Amino acid sequence: MSKILVGLKRVIDYNVRVRVKPDGSGVVTDGVKMSINPFDEIALEEALRIKEKGGATEVVVASIGPADAQQQLRTGLAMGADRAILVQADAPLEPLAAARVFLKLIEREQPQIVLLGKQGIDDDNNQTGQMLAALWNRPQATFASKVELAGATARVTREVDAGLETIEIDLPAVITTDLRLNEPRYVKLPEIMKAKKKPLDTLTLGDLGVDATPQFKVTHYAPPPPRQKGIMVKDVGELVATLKQKGLIQ
Amino acid sequence: MTKVLVIAEHAGGKLNPATAKCVSCARAIEGAEIHVAVLAADASEVASQAAQLEGVARVLKVEHAANAEPLAAVLAPQIVALAGDYTHLLAPSTTFGKDLMPRVAALLGVGQLSDIMTVERPYRFRRPIYAGNAIITVEAPSDRKLVATVRTASFQAAPNGGNAEIQAVQLNVELPTHTRFVERSAAATGRPDLQTAARVVSGGRALGSEEGFKLIYSLADKLGAAVGASRAAVDAGYAPNDLQVGQTGKIIAPELYIAVGISGAIQHLTGIKDARTIVAINKDPEAPIFEVADIGLVGDLFEVLPELERQLG
Repeated sequence: MSKILVGLKRVIDYNVRVRVKPDGSGVVTDGVKMSINPFDEIALEEALRIKEKGGATEVVVASIGPADAQQQLRTGLAMGADRAILVQADAPLEPLAAARVFLKLIEREQPQIVLLGKQGIDDDNNQTGQMLAALWNRPQATFASKVELAGATARVTREVDAGLETIEIDLPAVITTDLRLNEPRYVKLPEIMKAKKKPLDTLTLGDLGVDATPQFKVTHYAPPPPRQKGIMVKDVGELVATLKQKGLIQ
Repeated sequence: MTKVLVIAEHAGGKLNPATAKCVSCARAIEGAEIHVAVLAADASEVASQAAQLEGVARVLKVEHAANAEPLAAVLAPQIVALAGDYTHLLAPSTTFGKDLMPRVAALLGVGQLSDIMTVERPYRFRRPIYAGNAIITVEAPSDRKLVATVRTASFQAAPNGGNAEIQAVQLNVELPTHTRFVERSAAATGRPDLQTAARVVSGGRALGSEEGFKLIYSLADKLGAAVGASRAAVDAGYAPNDLQVGQTGKIIAPELYIAVGISGAIQHLTGIKDARTIVAINKDPEAPIFEVADIGLVGDLFEVLPELERQLG
């Protein structure tokens, strides 16, 4: 039966103002609120809507991360996912290694669709879905703002720089989500209680036989350079005069 | 020897200016010989434009009917076939490059670096993470190919003045048919393209309605500027999504950026921080946009904009 696999990454909550540690060794994560990556939450919502319309029979959520990522998986189960898989990894994985993990999960789960967020709001890489599609040798539909299933194909509208692009892909395939695909549902209390009883399996990278040795080395973290302090003008006349003086308008 | 292959982005027989910026990034890699690959159904026009970019030694023209539209699944195996002895493969960090390059990297079995903003050494770069709240220095292994996307707002376009040799390349690669182009709907506005415009006027939620947003279009037309919008304005339905400026929309670097009724959420500021001059017009003197603005004006936009237009003549 047709199954959808959804990736849920545990990231610093999008409302937190991320700060670089003074010694440049990373960003401050102690005591910081963690959440599901917002793009992944949209991916899960889309999977649930597809299932509710009869387009899938099971939604499986998977996360790669520390044991604490169980919290995000439980939230995913409370939203309506049927099952969860935690692939435990204490250090963050680069996108290629994450794609290799998902490829192993695909071999085990045989999903018809893999739905991922277009990027994690932590490292902003925007790679894992595309890499997974390449390794799987299947289509990719990135930055989706609309997904329509029709039998063994899907029609996906993509948010591209020029506007909207529609492509048709054969399934199985990888779809990555953009912001406007949907608005994720709120989780209700009874669902949270029910989610505690849903199955959550834990695997290790060793179980899957994935080598997650990083290829890149991050040697330093810095805060963004500040801009020069600007000036305030009192009215439109002064604004126009200043713009002319700077040669920005004639 | 350092050899860089830049993948050209183009549409309708025109080279996208993002490619020239990508070439500038390649020129920052010391000792690099730079080639540009143009994959298209008919690549002649785009190839001759790319050949004029200063610093480009050779343009590879890969013509195939399947390259009529830029589908990552179709282009990626061809780029892998071209990869040969290139040490670096670059594309702009536009939706074109972001879609394509991770697929290329994975087929090559290597990682990918996203959004290069500074080249420090041939294998050491800086890039933004956390929506620009942190800039990391990254070292890549020099014993394998570096596949990367280039944050175009961080580089000036390479000027014309070159005269590179154009070489037609035939590839014997099996191309997938599992991904098919259907259509593209671009808002034909007659205004400059937001991504590359020298001037941009952007509106926020304070415009209050789609009707109110017309004030932004009107000022933009007066200035010959492109129109942008904050995510709040897009979410509220005042402006279409392809106008969205910010981390989740477009990252731009115009000469002049005028932010009207935009409070300045961090994700918006990330998208404009390379603008040469930022003008902020906002009712709230405490709005964070004023912290990054070069010129700030506190006032009611519904009074300021008509007056501004009048004084611009």
